[in-house]
Amino acid sequence: MDNIVVEALVRALAVGTPLLLASLGAIMNERSGVVNLGMEGVMAVGALAAFAVAASAPDANLWLAVLMSMLAGAALCALHALATITLRANQFVSGLALALLGTGAAGLLGKRFEGAPLFNKVPDWTLGGANISPFTVVALLLAVVLAFFLSATRPGLTLRSVGENPAAADVLGVNVGLVRWLAVMGGGALGGLAGAFLSLSYRSAWSDNMAGGLGWIAVALVIFVAWEPLRAVAGALFFGFLYYLQFRLQGHSPIPTEVFSAMPFVLVLVVLALAGRRGQAGSAPAGLGRAYVRGER
Amino acid sequence: MRFVALPATTTARAALVTVAAVVVALLICSVIFLVYGVSPLAVYSSMLSGTLGARTGLAEVGRRTIPLLLIGSGLALAFRAQFFNIGAEGQLLLGAVFAAGTALFVPLPGPLVAPAMFVMGALGGGMWAGIAAWLRRLNVNEILSTLMLNYVALAVVTYLIAGPWKGKDVRGYIYTDNIPAGGYLSVVPGTQVHWPTLLLGIAVALGLQWLLTRSTFGYALRVVGENPGAARYAGLNAAGVATAVALITGGAAGLAGAGEVAGIHHRLLEAGQISLGYGFTAVIVAWLARGNPALCLVTAPLMGIILAGGDLLKIDLNMPFRVVDVFSGVILLTLIASEVFVRHRVVWGRA
Amino acid sequence: MSLASPPVLQLQGITKRFPGVVANDGVDLSLHAGEVLALLGENGAGKSTLISILYGLYQPDEGRVELAGKAVRIGSPAQARALGIGLVPQHPLLVARHTVAENLALGGGSALFPSRGVAGRIRELSGQYGLEVDPSARVADLSPGEKQRVEIIRALLGGAKVLILDEPTSVLTPQEAQGLFRVMRELRADGRSLIFISHKLDEVLDIADRVTVLRRGKVVGGVPTAGATRESLAELMVGRSVDFTRKRGVGPGSPGVLLAVRDLTATGSRGLPALRGVSFDLARGEVLGVAGIAGNGQSELVEVLAGLHAATGTVMLDGQPLTGGAQARFRTGVAHIPEDRIHSGTVPSMTVAENVALRAYDQPPLARGLARDLGQVDDLARREVEAYGVATPGIHTPSRLLSGGNIQKLILARELAGSPKLILAVHPTYGLDIGATDQVHRVLLERTQAGAGVLLVSEDLDELLSLSDRIAVMVGGSLLGPFPAGEVTRESLGLLMGGAHPHSVPGAEQGVVGGAR
Repeated sequence: MDNIVVEALVRALAVGTPLLLASLGAIMNERSGVVNLGMEGVMAVGALAAFAVAASAPDANLWLAVLMSMLAGAALCALHALATITLRANQFVSGLALALLGTGAAGLLGKRFEGAPLFNKVPDWTLGGANISPFTVVALLLAVVLAFFLSATRPGLTLRSVGENPAAADVLGVNVGLVRWLAVMGGGALGGLAGAFLSLSYRSAWSDNMAGGLGWIAVALVIFVAWEPLRAVAGALFFGFLYYLQFRLQGHSPIPTEVFSAMPFVLVLVVLALAGRRGQAGSAPAGLGRAYVRGER
Repeated sequence: MRFVALPATTTARAALVTVAAVVVALLICSVIFLVYGVSPLAVYSSMLSGTLGARTGLAEVGRRTIPLLLIGSGLALAFRAQFFNIGAEGQLLLGAVFAAGTALFVPLPGPLVAPAMFVMGALGGGMWAGIAAWLRRLNVNEILSTLMLNYVALAVVTYLIAGPWKGKDVRGYIYTDNIPAGGYLSVVPGTQVHWPTLLLGIAVALGLQWLLTRSTFGYALRVVGENPGAARYAGLNAAGVATAVALITGGAAGLAGAGEVAGIHHRLLEAGQISLGYGFTAVIVAWLARGNPALCLVTAPLMGIILAGGDLLKIDLNMPFRVVDVFSGVILLTLIASEVFVRHRVVWGRA
Repeated sequence: MSLASPPVLQLQGITKRFPGVVANDGVDLSLHAGEVLALLGENGAGKSTLISILYGLYQPDEGRVELAGKAVRIGSPAQARALGIGLVPQHPLLVARHTVAENLALGGGSALFPSRGVAGRIRELSGQYGLEVDPSARVADLSPGEKQRVEIIRALLGGAKVLILDEPTSVLTPQEAQGLFRVMRELRADGRSLIFISHKLDEVLDIADRVTVLRRGKVVGGVPTAGATRESLAELMVGRSVDFTRKRGVGPGSPGVLLAVRDLTATGSRGLPALRGVSFDLARGEVLGVAGIAGNGQSELVEVLAGLHAATGTVMLDGQPLTGGAQARFRTGVAHIPEDRIHSGTVPSMTVAENVALRAYDQPPLARGLARDLGQVDDLARREVEAYGVATPGIHTPSRLLSGGNIQKLILARELAGSPKLILAVHPTYGLDIGATDQVHRVLLERTQAGAGVLLVSEDLDELLSLSDRIAVMVGGSLLGPFPAGEVTRESLGLLMGGAHPHSVPGAEQGVVGGAR
C-alpha cells in the first residue's frame, strides 16, 4: 500500500514537474499583464536546445544544456514580447503563433536528433528510497522563490503593479514596457527549463511533439491556481496524478485508453468552467491581456 | 520609437503592410532553414515549382484549398465577432466522425448519402464549437476551450477507429470500413480534388460574405465585434451573436471534415491523416483575408501552396512536415505584429 | 502668509493648444509658501490642462514654470515629484488589489519587504496630519475618502512642497470633506503650499487663502478669499459677458403627463446605491433639465430609462409601463443621445450610413427579412446627412473621421428619425462648437413643439437655464425639485449641486437663494 502511495506521488511529481515549471513561467508573464498561450512551443524549443547540447558529446556539460534551454525559451518569448508589448499585437493570437512556431521549429530542427543517444542524462536523486529528478526539486524551490519574489521584493511588487494597473506604475516612473519585456523573457526561460526536464531527465531522448499538450495544460492551470505560484504546486501535482492514473489504469481496466488520454483536457475544461463560475477570472491581474498605451484607459 | 495614429487607413496601406509582413515572415523562415541546413532558395523553389509549376502540384494545392476555404471563411466571420475559434481542427474531426458515422450506420438511399454526410458533418462541427460558446458564458476563454477540445476530438476519433467502429475487413490497421459508394464524391479526373466540396466551399465563402455585409445578422455581428459598448447601447444580443457565430464557424469546419471523408478517404481514419493541420493553417487564411470570407477565395489557395509545398519538402528535401507549422507560426506572428503599422505611422525619437 | 517672499511656484504665460482648442491661454499664476490657492472654473475652463502641465503630463507650448525662482522643465510625473510637486488626482490611480503600503512602496521602498518600511512612515504621517489610513488594508476595500488620503500620503512621502488637489471633494461626503480640510490646514501650518480645485464656492471660501479664476483657458481674476462672497466668485467664474439668452420661449405647456417615474432605486456599477427613490413627472412638450456634478446618479437615471440598467420602481410612458431592453424601448419611442458618443453612440469603424442604421437596421425599409436593403440604407443616410447638415466627405466614410459635432448630428438624426415621444439627452453639446451647439438646441426644442418630452442632463448650467422648462438637481442619487426654470439661477443651482439643503423647496427664489443672500 505504502509503495503504491509513494509510487503515485513520485510519478505525479515527475509529470507535474514540467507542468509546474511552465505554469510558473506563465504566471511570471501574466502577473506582469501579458498573456502567454505559447508555452507548448516554448517547452518544445527548450527541450530541443537542451538535448542538442547534451547529445553533442559524451561528456557534454549538462549545466550548459540547461542554460541553453532557458536561453532558447527566453529568445522565443522575446518574439512574443516584441509583438505584444512593443507592437501591441493581440496577446492571445501571438501566443498561438508562438506555440505553432515553437513546436514547428523544434520538430524541424530536431529531426537530426530523432533516435540519437543521450550520453549524459541528468541523474535522478534518491530521496527516502524514491528516485526524484533534480528538476523536480528545482521546480519546487522555484515555486517558493517566485512566490517570495512576487510578494516580498521590490522588483516583484513592481512587476505585480505593472500587471494590475500599468498607468499607476507609469505615473510613478516605472518603465512598463521594460518590466513586461523582462517578465516575458523570464517566464520564457522557465518554460525552456520545463522542456529541458523532458529531454534530459524524464524521457532522456528527443522526439517530435515532446510536450504533447502539457504546455496548454500549464497555461490553463495558471487560471485554475489563480496566478499563485504556491497553488501551482498543488495544481501541477493534481494533473500529474491524473497522468499517473492514466499510466496505471491503461490496459488494466475496461475503460478505453482514449478516455484517459482525453481526461486531462476534459478536466481542464471542467476546472476552467468551475473557476469561471465562481468568478476566478476576477483574480486575474487587472491589466492582463491589454497592451499598455500611455494616455489610453 | 513612437506610433502616431493615422487619421485614415487605406486599403492600399493595409495591402502593402500585409505583403510586407509575409515577406518578413519568409525571411525569418529562411533563417530557420539555414539553421536546419538547407538553402532557403532550394526550399522556396522546390515549393513553387512543385505546386504552381506542375499539374499534379496544382491538384494537390486544390485538394488542400478545399478545407482551408471552408474553415477559413468560417473563421473570418468568427474573428469579426471577436470569437477566437482556434479549435477548427477538432471541429473538422467531429464533422468527419458525424459524416462517417452517418454513411456507415444509417441506411440511406444512395443519392442521399453524401448530402446527409454534409448535413451531419456540419452538425458535428457546430456542436463541438457550441460547447466552447456555452463555456464562454461561464467566462471560459474560447481560445483555451477550443484548443482543449482539439485534443478531446483526437481521442474520440482514435477511440472510434480502434474500438467500436474498427473495420471488419482491416487487420493490424486502425480505420473503419469504407462508406457506401453512394457517399463517394466525384473528383476532377486524375486528382483528389473533390469538386462538389470545392463548390460548396466557394458557396460558403460567398454566402458568409453576404451574411456579414448584407444581412441583419451580419450587421449585428459587426457591431458586437467592433464596439461592444454600442451593441449594449442599441440593445443587441451579444451572447446570442457569439453562440450563432460559434455554430457557423464550427459548422463550416464540420463541412470540411465531411468533405475529406466523402471526397478523399472514404472512411474514418487516424486524425493526423484526416487533417494536416487545416484548423491552424485556416487561422492564417482568415487573418490574411482580414476578416472577409470572400477574400479567403484568394488566401486559402495561398496557404494551400504552403501545405502542399510542405509535402513536397518532405519528398524533395527530406524535411519533416513540421515545416508547415513553422510557416504558419511565423506568418501569423508577423501578420498580427504588423497590424499596428496599418493604423499608425512610426515616428523616431521621443515625445 | 508671507506674500512678500518669492513664490514657491510661479507660472508665466502658460499656453497649451490642442487641435481646434486653446486649453490654456497665457496663464499666470503664483503660489506662496504656507498658502492654499483655489483654482476655480467651469468644466472646460482649462483647469485640468494646467494641472497636467504642472504634473509633467503635458508640456506647455509657451510660457515658463518657476519653482522657488528657478525655471524648471517638468518632463514627467516622476520629475514633478522629484521637484516636490505632488498631485492628488480626482480619480485615485491605485492598484486596487494591493494593500495601501504596497501601493505606496511602488517606486520606492526597500529591496526586500518593501511595504514593511513604508508602513512605518505611513503611520508616522497619519499621526502627524490626522490622515487615518490602515497600511495593511486592501485599496479595493477603501472608501473614496480613504483612497484620497492614500494619495495625499503618497505625495507627502515623496516630499511634496506643492500639493495639488484635483476636485478632492467631488467624491466626498460633507463630513469627509471637513476632515480633508482639517488635514489641509495642518499641511498649510507645516509650510506646504496647496492648490485646491473645486466648483464648490462654499468650500473655496472655507479653505482657500486666495482664488484664481479661469474662464475659457484664461485667468480672469485673482482675489483673496477674505472679503469675497459666493456671489462675487460666481460672477467671476461665469463672467458678466456670457450671452445668457433664453432660447426657450414659453413652453408649449400642453397638459398631460408623458413620463411618470416613481421610486426609482438602482445600484451603480460598483454595487453602491446610485438612485435612491427618484420620482418625477415629465409633461408632453416639456424640457426637464437635470443638473448635478458627475457621479451623482444622472447617468444611471438615463440608463435605467433607456433600458440599459436594472432598477426597481415604476416608469410609465404615455400611461403604459415602460419595460424591456434598449431595443424595445427605442421602438416604443424612447430616443437616447448617450453621454459617450464614441464608445456607445456610434461604431467608429463603421461608415456614416451604417451608423445611421444602428437603430432600425433590421426593420423595413432598411431590411426585408434577413436581407438588408443597402440602397435604402444609403438613401436614408443621404437624407439624414442633408437634413441635419452633417459635414462628411461621404456617407461611406467611417464615422471615426468625423468631428464631434458631426458625430452628434449623426446621432441626433438617427435617434429622432422615428419621432420619439421621449428624448433622453445626456451632455448633448459637450465639446461642440457654437454652431453645432445651436443646432442641437434648435432641434431638441423643435421636437417639443411636436409633443415630445426631453430629459436634458447637462453639467452646463447655461444650457439647462436656456432650454429647460423645469430643472431638477441630482445629488447623491436623490433628485431635488424639479423647480420652474424661472425660479432658479446659476447660483442657486450651484448651491444645490454642491449639496446645500433646499430649505423650502419650490419657492427656490425665496428659499435657497434667499438663504444665500
